[in-house]
Amino acid sequence: MLPPIVALLIAALVGDVLIITYGQSPGAVYRLLLEGTWGNAYGLGQVLYKTTTLTFTGLSVAIGLRAGLFNIGAESQLAAGGFLAAIIGTWLPAGLPSVLALPVFILAAAIGGGAVGGAAGVLKARWGAHEVITTIMLNFIVLALLNYLVVAHFKVFDTLHTSDIRTGALPRLSDMMAMFHGSAANVVLFLALAAVAVAWWYLFRSRAGYELRATGLQPQAAEYGGVNVPRVWWQAMLISGAVAGVGGLNFVLGYKHYYEDGFATGAGFLGIAVALVGRNNPVGVVVAALLFATLSQGGLAVNALVPKQMVEVLQAVVIIAVATSVPEVRRVLRSVRKDRAA
Amino acid sequence: MTAAGKTAVGGTVAVRLTGIDKSFGPIRANRDASLDVAAGEIHALVGENGAGKSTLMRVLSGMYAPSAGRMEVNSRDVTGWTTAQAIAAGVGMVHQHFMLVPTLTVAENIVLGRELTSHGQLDRAAAERTVAELCQRTGLVVAPDRKVSDLSVGEAQRVEILKTLYRGARILILDEPTAVLSPPEVEELWRVLGRMRDAGDTIILITHKLDEVMAISNTVTVMRHGRTVGRIATRDTSPSELARLMVGRDVALVGGTGPIPATTVAGIRRAALEVRDLTVADARKAHAVDAVSFVIAPGEILGVAGVEGNGQTELVEAIAGVRSTAAGAILLDGRDITRHTVRARGDAGLSHIPEDRQVRGLILDYSVADNLVLGQQHRFSRHGVLDEARVAENASHQIAAFDIRPADPVAPARALSGGNQQKVVIAREMGRDFSVLLAAQPTRGVDVGAIEFIHTQLREARAAGKAVLLVSADLAEVLALSDRIAVMYGGRFVAVLPRADATVEMLGGYMTGASGRAA
Repeated sequence: MLPPIVALLIAALVGDVLIITYGQSPGAVYRLLLEGTWGNAYGLGQVLYKTTTLTFTGLSVAIGLRAGLFNIGAESQLAAGGFLAAIIGTWLPAGLPSVLALPVFILAAAIGGGAVGGAAGVLKARWGAHEVITTIMLNFIVLALLNYLVVAHFKVFDTLHTSDIRTGALPRLSDMMAMFHGSAANVVLFLALAAVAVAWWYLFRSRAGYELRATGLQPQAAEYGGVNVPRVWWQAMLISGAVAGVGGLNFVLGYKHYYEDGFATGAGFLGIAVALVGRNNPVGVVVAALLFATLSQGGLAVNALVPKQMVEVLQAVVIIAVATSVPEVRRVLRSVRKDRAA
Repeated sequence: MTAAGKTAVGGTVAVRLTGIDKSFGPIRANRDASLDVAAGEIHALVGENGAGKSTLMRVLSGMYAPSAGRMEVNSRDVTGWTTAQAIAAGVGMVHQHFMLVPTLTVAENIVLGRELTSHGQLDRAAAERTVAELCQRTGLVVAPDRKVSDLSVGEAQRVEILKTLYRGARILILDEPTAVLSPPEVEELWRVLGRMRDAGDTIILITHKLDEVMAISNTVTVMRHGRTVGRIATRDTSPSELARLMVGRDVALVGGTGPIPATTVAGIRRAALEVRDLTVADARKAHAVDAVSFVIAPGEILGVAGVEGNGQTELVEAIAGVRSTAAGAILLDGRDITRHTVRARGDAGLSHIPEDRQVRGLILDYSVADNLVLGQQHRFSRHGVLDEARVAENASHQIAAFDIRPADPVAPARALSGGNQQKVVIAREMGRDFSVLLAAQPTRGVDVGAIEFIHTQLREARAAGKAVLLVSADLAEVLALSDRIAVMYGGRFVAVLPRADATVEMLGGYMTGASGRAA
């Protein structure tokens, strides 16, 4: 995990410069950032809430990348999953026990996200359309479509959200531990952790995962090894979309109990950064999701001293540093070693 | 080509490396290695894969700094210099893998990095003129205005050499230059190198083909396990002595030197593999394989000779199922497998050693154990879950049976030497039940010891009644192993003859299209 740490240090350094040029003390700003996130239960709850969504979108992108596919569409897959779950939720009989409702919700969210991801996968497997292009296009199409559906058919008057789901709402952490009072953190967090475990097992222990990773590393060798490469492509995109879709439950089941237009704007794109920083490893994804959730929540906390956009700049620097630093760091280390040897 | 032209042993020293150590982490690629090259000689550097030849030459050309030792070029201490310094001092290395830009012309590739400009613009005419002069002076003829993507492998290599010479190299290092060349191209390369030597240039040739050493070099340095184990004048040694020095024990040599094992053409009782009018389209919709038909009996090796790029790759890949066929039929033990998937073909008894182990044969980032089940993963899983215990058990069994080194099932395939990577592929494909083996370039880029091992495996497969389709660019290998030999040219089998009727000259004629008859 050396490169992500280096990336973080670079980001902190750039942050120092920015904060100083803004006329504030880096120490004060970082202290405020930590106090507002890990320093109190509410802040921590908000961090955990954001971590939950980012874990799902990060896993989604990571699974795609493991198969050699760059899924840029977690943004719309997340929204589609949340939307379908919420709509199904308004139709379910009110008395349905949560134990029965939860699998229905998970399935609905997975179908919503999976349909969008799977569409890009089929376009690639069948016609060779590049998934980067199709998932970006699908983001526009799906988000516009969902916006239309909410505004024209499903919204509660004078809002941009649907009516409440009639059953299956999940408890918040504050229901169990009062100190989290007011924060959005809820038990979907544990669903995210379960998804991490399943994803790890799927990637590294199952035959399908063996074939998926082989396809991502060397498609020609996978083909040689009897793997149906186009089928891996569409299946991976389907799973990737489904995982992002289930992330929508964090808002719909755990927090507001309805679908709201733009409920997690940016979480899908941030999932790309989470996957990259997490090295496409499910466990790494959780760590990276925590990091980005902290920065995101911290941006609100430091608003008194510096604009919250400053923290967004920090996020961007982390992303850029990770995306570019890895080979750079290695090259630097190598030349240092060479100098020492010479 | 003989080595007698000019012996420079004892003349001025061009390169002197002493006590070179080079480690990569725990791996010591060179330990106390030395090299003495006289000015104006062709010096062969031989050794098995992993003996440290390429590492030593990368130290010399400035790519790696040595961990210890002293380097002198033209009597100047240059220990630990950079590639830029090496190039400035006239030391240039031509790599095994070409580093050319396919969309640029020959001249553009050669001047790349040292472009000739006038008023800040690339002076293409001047570049082509300069390159044409260089071609004429060296005898390395390539049209400067041709695109590199249109060149044959031999021509591309000439461009690589020209590129190095353009930068002023007078000490030229060639890393296995003949690995991809046809016999006439090899002859041409020897002529050019001989001329360069006569003009006073110094050439260091990394190779493990002993006939090349005997044909072209003045002096030989032998490396084993990272050390220099011998330096001999070529005329005072023999291939068997060199092989012994390389491997550290006696080795049965293939081709040229020993008697060719007597083979009998198996009377075709039934066909293990039958191919009927197989036609394969290439990317441009032309026929890469054009209506090829043949039969291989159990216990028979059919060798396919030919210059690369004449359809051999497409033929093998179509039979293996990784490339689609345009027409024709493939029958395995009498069953039509033309429409079978790769997996179904494997289950039907087809094994395949692909020609490029690093692209198709192995997942380089997977462990040796995981690679040993590639293509068999469905047999090593239950209810969709890989059975780790059986994968591990299979690995330890195959590693022992095929002497894969290091004997570490969790090492990534990337970390193995070329010869051991190939052993992983061979263990996987031959260490299981099969009836037909497609062996494409099975010994490419592997060392003498591994070649001997692989040839033994192929002979044993034949003895066990397997049918083998052997495709090789190495004529000596085809001649040494095959019962019958087919020559592929322009997508067709232009000749199919019993081994006893085949000679190098005859096959060479068919390979270049000089003589041909439809088979």
